[in-house]
Amino acid sequence: MFSGFMVDTWIAASMVAVIAGVVGFFVVLRGSAFVAHAIPHGSFGGAAGAVLIGANPIAGLGIFAVGGALGIGWLSRRGRHDVATALALVLMLGLGALFLSFSVEYAEAIYSLLFGEVLGVPADDLLPMAGLGLACILAIAILYRPLLLTAITPEVAEARGVRAGRIETGFLLVVALAATMTVPVVGVLLMFSLMIGPAATARSFTDSPLQAIGLSVAVALAIVWFAIAVSYLTNLPVGFFVGTLGAVSYGCGRGWAAWRRGRTVALAA
Amino acid sequence: MSQVLRALFAPGFFASGPVRAALVVGAVVALVTGVVGVFTVIRGQAFAGHALGEVGSAGGSAAFLGGANPLWGYMGIAVVAAGLIELLGLHRPRARDVATGLVLGAGLGLAALFLYLDTTSSSTTGVSVTILFGSLFAVSQPMLPSIVALSAVALVVIASCYRMLLLSSLSPDLAAARGVPVRAVAIAYLVVMAVAVSLAAETIGTILATALLIGPPATALRLTKRPGGAMAVAGLVGVAAVWIGIVLAYDSFYWPPVDHGWPVSFFVVALVFAFYLAGGAVAALGRARRDRGRGAALRLETSTCADAHGQAA
Repeated sequence: MFSGFMVDTWIAASMVAVIAGVVGFFVVLRGSAFVAHAIPHGSFGGAAGAVLIGANPIAGLGIFAVGGALGIGWLSRRGRHDVATALALVLMLGLGALFLSFSVEYAEAIYSLLFGEVLGVPADDLLPMAGLGLACILAIAILYRPLLLTAITPEVAEARGVRAGRIETGFLLVVALAATMTVPVVGVLLMFSLMIGPAATARSFTDSPLQAIGLSVAVALAIVWFAIAVSYLTNLPVGFFVGTLGAVSYGCGRGWAAWRRGRTVALAA
Repeated sequence: MSQVLRALFAPGFFASGPVRAALVVGAVVALVTGVVGVFTVIRGQAFAGHALGEVGSAGGSAAFLGGANPLWGYMGIAVVAAGLIELLGLHRPRARDVATGLVLGAGLGLAALFLYLDTTSSSTTGVSVTILFGSLFAVSQPMLPSIVALSAVALVVIASCYRMLLLSSLSPDLAAARGVPVRAVAIAYLVVMAVAVSLAAETIGTILATALLIGPPATALRLTKRPGGAMAVAGLVGVAAVWIGIVLAYDSFYWPPVDHGWPVSFFVVALVFAFYLAGGAVAALGRARRDRGRGAALRLETSTCADAHGQAA
């Protein structure tokens, strides 16, 4: 499990978990779960297109992810945000269906793009992944205060001259970057649950942003490591474990929060 | 005339059984999602609508594994997911967002498992692509009566609680003050949406289900503010997108670059998107004209005032 080609998988998965944990905290805080689902999912169309013309799927993915982020930003200036997200998503997936129909013989590769493949991380992908991950962290560090401010107290942010539209577009681009780097391991569909589950869990344990980010990263790492180990042993798709464990950890978080509330009430009485 | 028709409709279009089934099912599904979707857009539940369709694919692939009819798999799991979303995302919109995300994540995880088992047990890799992307031309004709009946049930439920639904969608506080059971209406609506979306997802694929649930209603709401009118427009736009898409997909058998047709999902989605942009342009034009009209009226008013002042002086 820890020998040879699997080492690359462990490194890649750990990077994915750290990025998902950090970016996911802001996704949950800002209520952008739909966008966090739509950008990775839609960018799958770009990967299908890249496979069709013989290019690197990650390049196609990146182009679609960034294009989708900018498109959602542009559309939601003229209409409802969730409508814009839905339409951008289906447009990208429609293009993906078109590309797929031209290259039917890649169904297997496409399945692993959607749901992840533990044994599928080539060593050459590690360096670009690390680069994209660093860019993500850097962007989050720069945008940290305005991201928090526009999410928690939009009025204060506006009074301070923070331009919410630009911050939102910047955040969408960060999600796009994060989506691009995660494909080889968890797949475009499950990247999303890795962003929501751990971050939502962390939020029910602590209110401090930095603690929540740290906890979110820790939970994401635990989920990914466990998922890969079990997937390696059972040969079942890694996405199944990531998706269900995200929900389970959130359930534990809610249970803990309810228990603590009950205890404070009992102590006060 | 007949030459024009022949250029539009490739030979054999109306004689083909799958095409006729696709036209009928496509129209039924587009109508139902159009009507249901107006409330989805007004209530800001596009994410939930999309999630229910995607989660349904877990039920579809499980039913495929068990040899049952996928439609019931889709519907069962979508209704359960709707209940979970409502249960978890009780109070604030952001909690609802996260709850939808978690249910969607868990559902996709299950879909990954069942699709994997499907492909390993029957070694047909095409299954995952069919379940995830669907195809209008693969509608099974014996299912037609169930599809029509379920659509009718969804429409009847919407019609019977139309006023309560509308009021609680536009202003939940006002509705609660008037004694509308807002929570019950929300649950009922979510279940109806689950039925409509899973119907659409099973017959025409999850992409088209989301496209038809959101696109035509959003287009309609840009053109008219009246909910009843918006439902009619949404149904029309949806049916138009599906039918034109089917014609184009049928014609595309003769198009490059490959010697088989382009996917119908692509055409329908592209048309839905084009209609949405066109609807926005029309609405902007109308606004500009109204503004200009109002500006002219204002100028007229001030000039007559000035005249009156002049005369008085």
